Amino acid sequence: MSDYQSYMKGSPLEVKVISARFGLPNSTSIDTFVAHDGYKGLAKAFQMGPEGVINEMKNSQLRGRGGAGFNTGLKWSFVPKQTDKPKYVVCNADESEPATCKDRPLMEYDPHQLIEGIVIAGYAIGAHQGYIYIRGEYRYLMDILDRAIAEAYARGYLGKNIQGSGFDFELCTHTGAGAYECGEETALLNSLEGLRGYPRVKPPFPAVVGVYGCPTIINNVETLCNVPHIVLKGAEWFAGLGTPKNGGTRLFCLSGHISRPGVYELPMGFPLRKMIEEVGGGIPRGKKLKSVIPGGSSCPLLSADEIDVPMDFDSLAKIGSMLGSGGVVMIDEDTCMVKVAQRIMKFYAHESCGWCIPCREGTAWLKALLDRLHGGGGLADDPDTALDASYNILGKSLCPLGDAAAMPTISIVNKFRSEFDEHVRLGACPYAGRGSGFGARGWGAA
Amino acid sequence: MLSDDLKSMFDRVIARYPLKRSAIVPLLLFAQDELGYISDEAIEEIARRVEVPPIEVVEDIGYYSMLHRHPIGKYNFQVCTNVSCQLLGGEEILAHCSKRLGIGHKQTTSDGQFSLEEVECLGACCGAPAMQVNYDFYENLTPERVDRLIEELKANGRAR
Repeated sequence: MSDYQSYMKGSPLEVKVISARFGLPNSTSIDTFVAHDGYKGLAKAFQMGPEGVINEMKNSQLRGRGGAGFNTGLKWSFVPKQTDKPKYVVCNADESEPATCKDRPLMEYDPHQLIEGIVIAGYAIGAHQGYIYIRGEYRYLMDILDRAIAEAYARGYLGKNIQGSGFDFELCTHTGAGAYECGEETALLNSLEGLRGYPRVKPPFPAVVGVYGCPTIINNVETLCNVPHIVLKGAEWFAGLGTPKNGGTRLFCLSGHISRPGVYELPMGFPLRKMIEEVGGGIPRGKKLKSVIPGGSSCPLLSADEIDVPMDFDSLAKIGSMLGSGGVVMIDEDTCMVKVAQRIMKFYAHESCGWCIPCREGTAWLKALLDRLHGGGGLADDPDTALDASYNILGKSLCPLGDAAAMPTISIVNKFRSEFDEHVRLGACPYAGRGSGFGARGWGAA
Repeated sequence: MLSDDLKSMFDRVIARYPLKRSAIVPLLLFAQDELGYISDEAIEEIARRVEVPPIEVVEDIGYYSMLHRHPIGKYNFQVCTNVSCQLLGGEEILAHCSKRLGIGHKQTTSDGQFSLEEVECLGACCGAPAMQVNYDFYENLTPERVDRLIEELKANGRAR
């Protein structure tokens, strides 16, 4: 279980749509859910018809919350209408992008919201089977979802002829067993078929050839949780919550050097500076901000003078970064950025599935280079070599993992170059003993 | 020996998929939950039930980091040191666990009680630094909290 107080500290600036039921007593039970507008979106979807639902989704400007930010309704519309094959809905609950912990409360506190979103998605594309692919580490959430699914079957929101609509839909959970790569949609499909989680070549896209060779939509947990609200309250309302082409709210996970870490639901386009200073309460111990990871460790990092930016997909892209998965990490002035780069690369080197050589070799090689640099044995041209190697991974792997390793590295070397040079000059880390780590919590010297 | 409960669970899980081999990874994890690791017998049984050669089951075990071919400690300390945790002392927590338990990464104490593993992001970033002991999350860790946890696990088997 997660500690509710750690995650949901709350802020008066929040706009609660998908987190609105989180604090209710017995929030996971179907009775609580139904008493608070639960499964009303599904009833309305049955009146609108599949085409109506897809159009509403397109107009809502809901974009994928897993990180890629593709228009969800558009994705659904790519599923062929005339086909003899069965179709599938797969919910990507393999939350593992570093710094991202938002799908966890969505499943822990309001599992029926997700189930309702999945059933509506199935109805819209004409699927009769859904799978929730959940990372193995989230076992307690699988138990919560399994109980909620059983409740939904018992009350006729899953199974045959749902609520007398004539529509049938089956749903179950599926567990992974530890692999970041399986969060990538085509690797996830292979994993769901019992294979190692290697990515597939695209095209064909999963909407046409997905699991078992059949049309499949794969959507993130948070994306699907928005669906019932869009159907119930309309595309116009939803689009109006955010900025142009960026509808709705977003769960932002504030972590790292921030006074009030937690998951906060804020409108798309919320200013980053205000998020750090007013929602998160600023940087602890009166320290200065040095850098921000705006949306999980795959995103290019921002320097402290880049935080006057609205947090939506297009605004972040405009300044050369990404909104990503909603994991916002604050990094204070005492932190060694070479060490941050090294830790990020250690992650990608560990998680590279090994299928594409530039990613497999490049990440391992960059990790060795950054280990050496941070350890004080770096050469003068190591920072340039790191850039060169990163640029040679970019765009050269089947899935985005290679890019995800290269992009933060490039941004850190470019924006914090002097720290790299300083390591080389001193033959040691200039930040040793400056108190990131434990020191940042006021727990004594690092 | 696999229990009858586990075998009937295997049947229920396999029935969820149009392709039996889809059940391989869940079955491996559920078998491990019961046995503590994945035995040769479990591999044979799963392969037979999903109708693939055993080597294909072994291939999967090599890929997924939570699956073990050999017994590990009764309590597996999985300490996150990824960025959000690192910034707040995840590496110090790992070092502290290592010192207290007297074991390093992917090692097990001689009495078979504790294992230690440095792991990647657990999705507990707002409660950093964090770890999992088996499937239970422990967040906002301090060295003192780790010490207490170890004592409680030794005394009662399970702790908060």
